[in-house]
Amino acid sequence: MGIGGSDMYRQQILDHYKNPRNYGEIEDATFTHVGENPMCGDTIEMDVVLDDDEQTIQQVAFRGDGCAISQASASMLSEQLHGMPIEELQEMDRDDIIDMLGVDISAMRVKCAVLAEKVAQDGAEIYFGEKNVDKTTTEEE
Amino acid sequence: MEPKQSELLDVEAIRKDFPILQREFDGTQLVYLDNAATSQTPDQVIDTIADYYRETNANVHRGLHQLSQEASIAYENAHDRVAEFIGAEGREEVVFTKNATESMNTVAYAWGLAELGPGDEIVMTEMEHHAALVTWQQIAKKTGAEVKYIPVDEEGYLDMDAARELITDDTEMVSVVHVSNTLGTINPVSELADIAHDHDSLIFVDGAQSVPHMPVDVQDIDADFFAFSGHKMLGPTGIGVLYGKEHLLEEMQPYLYGGMMISKVTFEDSTWHELPWKFEAGTPVISQGIALAEACDYLDDIGMENVEHHGERLAEYAYDQLSEFEGIQILGPPGDDRAALVSFNLGSVHAHDTSEILNDFAVAVRAGDHCTQPLHDKLGIAASARASFYIYNTKAEVDKLVEALEETEALFA
Ligand SMILES: Cc1ncc(COP(=O)(O)O)c(C=O)c1O
Repeated sequence: MGIGGSDMYRQQILDHYKNPRNYGEIEDATFTHVGENPMCGDTIEMDVVLDDDEQTIQQVAFRGDGCAISQASASMLSEQLHGMPIEELQEMDRDDIIDMLGVDISAMRVKCAVLAEKVAQDGAEIYFGEKNVDKTTTEEE
Repeated sequence: MEPKQSELLDVEAIRKDFPILQREFDGTQLVYLDNAATSQTPDQVIDTIADYYRETNANVHRGLHQLSQEASIAYENAHDRVAEFIGAEGREEVVFTKNATESMNTVAYAWGLAELGPGDEIVMTEMEHHAALVTWQQIAKKTGAEVKYIPVDEEGYLDMDAARELITDDTEMVSVVHVSNTLGTINPVSELADIAHDHDSLIFVDGAQSVPHMPVDVQDIDADFFAFSGHKMLGPTGIGVLYGKEHLLEEMQPYLYGGMMISKVTFEDSTWHELPWKFEAGTPVISQGIALAEACDYLDDIGMENVEHHGERLAEYAYDQLSEFEGIQILGPPGDDRAALVSFNLGSVHAHDTSEILNDFAVAVRAGDHCTQPLHDKLGIAASARASFYIYNTKAEVDKLVEALEETEALFA
């Protein structure tokens, strides 16, 4: 592709955007949470099922709408979350997401990239009573 | 068939005045199509600013030493030049501000807070820029006045029948955008002024997208207030203009207080300087104002009618080319009836993705809601991409936009 070599739209991202993994709903999710990135109008809603011991993520599904970065990031994250200890999810930060995406994300788009991660983290915190928000936004990112 | 190229503008010569257009990113030359956000600055304007600081810089105390006198005269004359450019009576009617947004806030605070109250109505349009929309919305909340919006129809035009019903004897202010920065619609502002005046309402025209692109005469329009920004018309950032009819500005109290805007000050009270200085508190935008006058000269040398034709032709060409894309959504009126911009969505590709990929081809467009969020909500879209043109753009650059969009389409297919 052209100049910036911004390979932000490498095959992998486009593949996840066009064919999102774990897209849909889980009826009996342990918790469900929603978030948005007002700048792009991206939304992500995520269902998470925890193991009986409530320490490990068993299953994840998401649905959403928005730019390729936000949706591909949700799809890729949903794959990573399977079997992940909650503790590990809470320790994730933007660098982990950028590593996961495997491309340079321009500063303006970091919000889009981290939306799914924030939704999963906030959802867990709310479930464990550590936080109280209706909706996650990536406004102040 | 080759569309008519603008014979009126010597674009090649014009481009030589804009060094930034020569910039390359990884060997690809910049195609700057974000002029509705900010235009580029010609050498003549850059030199005016540099010369001012090299030769004339001083505060404008109207006064006592030579530099200050020179700076004061240049700054005052800049008001005359801008007055002439928009057909105002004179410098009394031309207040320099920071930008169009501040011009609107000046009237909203200085006039709105004093004059509006419960039962009064402010009429805007659904295509209003946040600069006006948020400002009047908040002033309405403070004063108890009510805000109403003239609807935008399917094609992107104002519903003028609705306008005639919405503007009533309760209306105190009609605030309308002259040219929509999102739809490219050119609104019938003098007709709206007549309707407003029939009901003894004032009319505020947001000319941020009209003054840079077409001949504007505020007296022909019969606008009571009129606002625009220097940075969209070849001038620097940090300069905006508020035009107001002299008798209205005369009756209004200042919005900002401080030095420069006063006549006599005691510990107990103060009186105000004459117009327009009454509304320019503190050290004003001196170099920016002088540079804006230079930008007016530059545009007048080309001729605003020529500027307008060139922009319209490029917009029409772009509209026709973009229409060829399957599933493209183009916002606003048909190609032959729009200002120099085209907003669109390429199928289901998010506008931010589109603009990021265009950036890979050194094509600069804006993506987002263009500060018209409620309008985007009404259209049911989160964002759109916008290509906007000016005097230095060419058909060949529109072709580059189209090629880059073809690549985008292929990538997302
Ligand atoms: C129609 C319209 N009104 C107002 C503005 C505000 O201009 P500024 O940001 O320079 O105050 C803009 C530009 O963004 C505009 O396009």
